[in-house]
Amino acid sequence: MFDLSETPILSVITFLPLVGVAFIAFLPKDAHRNARWAALFTTVFTFLASLTIWVNFDGSTAAFQFVEEVPWFGPVKYKMGVDGISMLFVILTTFLMPLCILASWESVQTRVKEYMIAFLLLETLMVGVFCALDLFLFYLFFEAGLIPMFLIIGVWGGPRRIYASFKFFIYTLLGSVLMLLAMMAMYWQAGTTDITVLLQTKFPDDMQWWLWLAFFASFAVKMPMWPVHTWLPDAHVEAPTAGSVILAGILLKMGGYGFLRFSLPMFPVASADFATLVFVLSVVAIVYTSLVALAQEDVKKLIAYSSVAHMGFVTMGIFTFTHQGLDGAIFQMLSHGLISAALFLCVGVIYDRMHTREIAAFGGLASRMPIYAACFMVFTMANVGLPGTSGFVGEFLTLLGAFQAKTAVAVVATTGVILSAAYGLYLYRRMIFGELEKQSLRKIMDMNAREIAVIAPLVILVIFFGFYPSPVLDVTAASVKNLVQNYEQAVQAAALATN
Amino acid sequence: MTSLAELTPILPELIVAVGAMALLMLGVFLPETDEQAERIGWLAIGVLVTAGFVLVQNGWAPSRVFDGAFVTDGFAVFMKLLVLGGAGVALILAFDEFRRLGIMRFEYPVLILLSTVGMMVMVSAGDLIALYIGLELQSLALYVVAAYRRDSIKASEAGLKYFVLGALSSGMLLYGASLIYGFTGSVNFQVIANAAKGPEAASNLWLIFGLVFLLVGLAFKISAVPFHMWTPDVYEGSATSVTAFFSAAPKVAAMALLVRVMLDAFPGIGLQWQQIIAFLAVASMLLGAFAAIGQTDIKRMLAYSSIANIGFALIGLAANSEQGTQGVLIYMAIYLVMTLGAFACVLAMRRDDSAVTEISELAGLAQTNLPVAVALMVLMFSMAGIPPLAGFWGKYYVFLAAIEGAQQQPALYILAVVGVLASVVGVVYYLNIVGKMFFAEPAEAFAPVPAKTYAVIMASTIITIAGFLALGPFVDVAAAAAKAFQY
Repeated sequence: MFDLSETPILSVITFLPLVGVAFIAFLPKDAHRNARWAALFTTVFTFLASLTIWVNFDGSTAAFQFVEEVPWFGPVKYKMGVDGISMLFVILTTFLMPLCILASWESVQTRVKEYMIAFLLLETLMVGVFCALDLFLFYLFFEAGLIPMFLIIGVWGGPRRIYASFKFFIYTLLGSVLMLLAMMAMYWQAGTTDITVLLQTKFPDDMQWWLWLAFFASFAVKMPMWPVHTWLPDAHVEAPTAGSVILAGILLKMGGYGFLRFSLPMFPVASADFATLVFVLSVVAIVYTSLVALAQEDVKKLIAYSSVAHMGFVTMGIFTFTHQGLDGAIFQMLSHGLISAALFLCVGVIYDRMHTREIAAFGGLASRMPIYAACFMVFTMANVGLPGTSGFVGEFLTLLGAFQAKTAVAVVATTGVILSAAYGLYLYRRMIFGELEKQSLRKIMDMNAREIAVIAPLVILVIFFGFYPSPVLDVTAASVKNLVQNYEQAVQAAALATN
Repeated sequence: MTSLAELTPILPELIVAVGAMALLMLGVFLPETDEQAERIGWLAIGVLVTAGFVLVQNGWAPSRVFDGAFVTDGFAVFMKLLVLGGAGVALILAFDEFRRLGIMRFEYPVLILLSTVGMMVMVSAGDLIALYIGLELQSLALYVVAAYRRDSIKASEAGLKYFVLGALSSGMLLYGASLIYGFTGSVNFQVIANAAKGPEAASNLWLIFGLVFLLVGLAFKISAVPFHMWTPDVYEGSATSVTAFFSAAPKVAAMALLVRVMLDAFPGIGLQWQQIIAFLAVASMLLGAFAAIGQTDIKRMLAYSSIANIGFALIGLAANSEQGTQGVLIYMAIYLVMTLGAFACVLAMRRDDSAVTEISELAGLAQTNLPVAVALMVLMFSMAGIPPLAGFWGKYYVFLAAIEGAQQQPALYILAVVGVLASVVGVVYYLNIVGKMFFAEPAEAFAPVPAKTYAVIMASTIITIAGFLALGPFVDVAAAAAKAFQY
């Protein structure tokens, strides 16, 4: 379509939001309307720009594409590039951002300028995480993202926002600093920080163990995996709607992306050794947090726990080391990015009207809000994993992979699907069905045009990918195949060496 | 016979020393007004700039003059530039505050210049005598400066406390120096280095004894735990611009001296002093991080934060490698910028002509004065070590050195892990400040920020944010400076 060979397209996508930041920063203090429009334009443009990489992407190769490389300091380079896996996350990010801005259109009325600046900064940093091809460049984007998110939760959040923002920041940082040390050890071992070179590097087995654990500390918190998931319900509940969307939609995916980019290909032997640990934690997450979700009284908290459970499927899928498992994990991340984002947006819709998230405060919404009830139904079903929605494809593939790798794991994990149906339908019944008894709900209005514009693309995508997942699976096929092959070779080589 | 040309290496020191004398005379004969005092202050800054210029002109070539008592090399030039810069900026910060407090006198710039000479000698010390002279010249001026607000009880307490504890530490340092002299028969670092190596020296009780006492004295000057007790009180009691000076230039100079003594005089018994430095680093990082959480006064909090920062810088020294020295240089340079910026923000905390230093007074600053709130936020996140802000790169380089050293000495892994965990603890109180400014309901607005203070705040903030763009050349300079020692 366009010739992109000369354009540093990934840098353009990454730093385009900063142009919006600069523009908004110079607006007068109370130019709320202009700040919103500027942010919307910026994010839409960024999304359109990111579509060009989708169009020009060559799905037949596992190599990194659109690579840019500039020396920075010492051995560290500014190196960007995407493969099939990371490109999907870049597009997911740029796709969700305009929706976030739109979702905050009316609900955020204070300090709008700062709010929009924080979101645009966050977009730059998130896209950077997925494009970075240098260890320390990755770390830079990965960590810097904490600052805007901390502010978003703390400034525009709910009543316990300060507690939640501190917890979010410190938990995530604690995991990441150990990863930083591991990165330094990798640098001294391999003499480079270039991820493409490190992917070919064989680290000694005992070193792999330590490195794997350090990276695990970071990604497990980010993911989040049981038992280090407790920051997530707090952060989700207190964050403003758009903040929850970004948290669930993208920040959590960084953990899974990290496993796919670092842990699995760079430390294959350690990954194989620790797979059982990951399986146990994943299964506990799937079953236990589903049960916890069942008991929640707060809608956002329920969705947060359901996120932890769904991320359990992702970690389980990744560590099956099978083609299906990895495909499923990637697809599940993408699909959960859409579904959980949509669910939080739906909660935002009623929260803006009623200013409560208590499940008990609702009931019988179907009669006053039919469109809303229909959309919510689609996302609840997708969250449950109903065939025909994107949620089904991901869960099914991960379970398929797990069945090959460890049948018992798959059996236990499948109960999670049933539990998710239980809490999902229970939630839906309590909020949407039944008689409209609450006085306060008598005048509640259905979704307006703006809200429909936010939710509609998600409805379409969730159903579209449910019936036709190939666009996603085709893009990742070469990368996943490469990942599985390299892993098997490395593990076989290690097995030969020990015999 | 010493010819004039031989004086070239100490020309920068001579300029500052002669400048201090000249300004002292000038001050005595000029009328005692605020304007004249400020003029002398600017002249002092001119002297510092001139000295810095000559310093750069003199170049990096290593040389030892006066029988090795005075060393110049890349390391010395780098550290001296930091010292000069720190002193200059601290002077700029002092003008507005001192006018307000009614203590604008010409003695202050002169005292700063004198202590700067002391610091420059410390950085260049090549034997134990020069070390002690530099240290005392610096310290005596600082004792006076600490109590500069003589009508304030807290300032007098600060000065007295600093003096008594400082004298004690000097005594210990001298005792250690005498033991070292007794073992090696010389005060010259190179002669000491030749004598203090091999298994015999490593197991010699008297030499180790002397080394420990010397380290105690120096640890006091950099306020490393457990010799840090004076720091919070002196920081709190002194006028804020004086505190800004304390936390910047003298720390850099004392750290430079510590590095020089260890790497120049005791490279042969590295394993012995590395343990001590590693202990000081761990203790400083942990105590600094935990003790700062409970502070309600921002100056006391920054005092503990500076203790923790010194702990991080010591990791570089504990690695005992070229990479480690490079880390110390980078860390101290970045620390200097951040700490001056942070204290400039503290200076901006002022209502109705009286300074407020309670952290709770920062509440809602983001709504009353957004630029300062953003600046302080950036500085706090930077000190917390969040990339891409400058403070992260300081930590990055010391940890990189520790991990490199750990390939040979696995104990350094423990040091690095404790270090990063302490940095996470430290995040709590930095976040606390950010949270107060951004999340809390606004308190009464502060008085308008004076232009000079504002300029310092913004300059340090911009360096902190955009510093990573110029990281390459800066790191190369530090790497070249670190080559001054044999490892």
